[in-house]
Amino acid sequence: MNLRFLHLVRRNFLVWRKLMLSSLLGNLADPLVYLVGLGFGLGAFMPRMGGVSYIAFLAGGMICYSTMNSASFEALYSAFARLKIQRTWESILNAPMTIQDVVLGEWIWAGLKSALSGTAILVVMYCLGLVHGWRPLGVLPVVLLVGLAFAGLALVATALARSYDFFTYYFTLLVTPMMFVSGVFFPVGSLPAPVRALAAVLPLSHAVTLARALTLDTPLEGVAVHVAVLILYGVTGVSMAAVLIRRRLMR
Amino acid sequence: MNAASMLRVEGLRKRYGGVEVVRGVHFNVTAGECFGLLGPNGAGKTTTLKCCLGLTQPDAGQIELAGFPVPRQAREARYRVGVVPQFDDLDPDFTAAENLVVYGRYFGMRAAAVRARIPALLDFAGLADKADAKIDSLSGGMKRRLTLARSLVNDPQILFLDEPTTGLDPQARHLIWDRLKTLLVSGKTIILTTHFMDEAERLAGRIAIMDRGELIAVDSPRALIEGSIEPEVVEVYGDGVEAWTLADGRRLADRVEVSGETTFCYCADATPVLESLRERPKLRALRRAANLEDVFIKLTGRDIRD
Repeated sequence: MNLRFLHLVRRNFLVWRKLMLSSLLGNLADPLVYLVGLGFGLGAFMPRMGGVSYIAFLAGGMICYSTMNSASFEALYSAFARLKIQRTWESILNAPMTIQDVVLGEWIWAGLKSALSGTAILVVMYCLGLVHGWRPLGVLPVVLLVGLAFAGLALVATALARSYDFFTYYFTLLVTPMMFVSGVFFPVGSLPAPVRALAAVLPLSHAVTLARALTLDTPLEGVAVHVAVLILYGVTGVSMAAVLIRRRLMR
Repeated sequence: MNAASMLRVEGLRKRYGGVEVVRGVHFNVTAGECFGLLGPNGAGKTTTLKCCLGLTQPDAGQIELAGFPVPRQAREARYRVGVVPQFDDLDPDFTAAENLVVYGRYFGMRAAAVRARIPALLDFAGLADKADAKIDSLSGGMKRRLTLARSLVNDPQILFLDEPTTGLDPQARHLIWDRLKTLLVSGKTIILTTHFMDEAERLAGRIAIMDRGELIAVDSPRALIEGSIEPEVVEVYGDGVEAWTLADGRRLADRVEVSGETTFCYCADATPVLESLRERPKLRALRRAANLEDVFIKLTGRDIRD
């Protein structure tokens, strides 16, 4: 396997480094507002969830939600800018780089960037005393898988998009409903059976199950299945995106 | 004299949907040559270039670029190639110098190796004081020159330029032409597409005129002008030009073309036409030497292509 895709990862990293602080704060602000607002505000009216406070319950879901959002934004809006608005990918393809290098680089980059924002949330949770001990650190590989899964899906949408408007549908029809059925804010068990069945095949529910068990220090079952589903979404997404982007650019 | 072939294209065909946009193109570009690909919009110039760089799959034909078969080994060939695309695609998130460093990495160059070349590259592009400038702050001409500098970052043997001066003012165009001449003197091979005849005439040693996917003439600019068109042109317009064209123009000129309000008289000797016009003070006339544009229009017609 050649490592030319790292040139693209590095390019994106160098751009990110220039805006690192505002980017990280932006990544943190949204989930923290939810965590604090819902956790303390709504949480005050909530019973204890399986023996823990609502905010502690919410923490694992928020890490996944934040990682998903970060990966989606990067692989939709930012990647689309490089594909269409700035023609960055076309300029790279004039050099000795291939479509696979570009798509793989974007995928890995979006995965890493979003994993970093998931990690930042975890750090804040340690600071707030919401998580304790070593076990929550197991979230780190999980957020990378979550980032890669959603970056892969988003790159497919980017490959098909004609304008930014398309991404509004992606969020309102896919991401937001998924957020509500995947156990980010409340346990999936409270949902009707058909919705639970749907949630079971969506990547976010597997991510939340893993992250919640790790942050709450509860028993973890079926790890292999959860991990496999996330990998499957990511790899299928990025492979489809590569085919579609080749069709779009190499015509 | 048998200079090495830098780009050889044989029987190239490319179809989009039901339309064949490149229809059996042949040409050969030797080392150190500047080869101009001329044609109206939609003639197939950019598609031909994309095929040559391995950025699209041809339907038929053979291409060899810098000794490598394309598209099979296009990536290897591109190590020896620089490209100035039709549309600016500099990285707006980086400064001028950073653009060069980042682009050099795509060629596997170490940052230190590129940094050592940056002063010379920026100086060549007339941007010596712009190393830390944001792309947005550069003028159109500066961006084109920086794109040219970027295309040289890997010290390529061959440069592909797709309409390098479209949209630039005359000063900016002349500066680009001057830089390209310097590159030719230093031994680079240049393949240029343009629809500016003066640009092709100035730079290209050989010109291929492309229309509707085919090369309809390939020769030096001088030979094209001498071989395909009368040496003098008188452009006549004004009140009564139609009557004059019928009565005298068609009789006195070797060939006449009417386009809108203007009659173009192509002649071996323009004297009889000018004498006849002296008696018609209402008509205005412009006498000039025939140029490549006349050849181009003769070969591709006057119809607007959109």
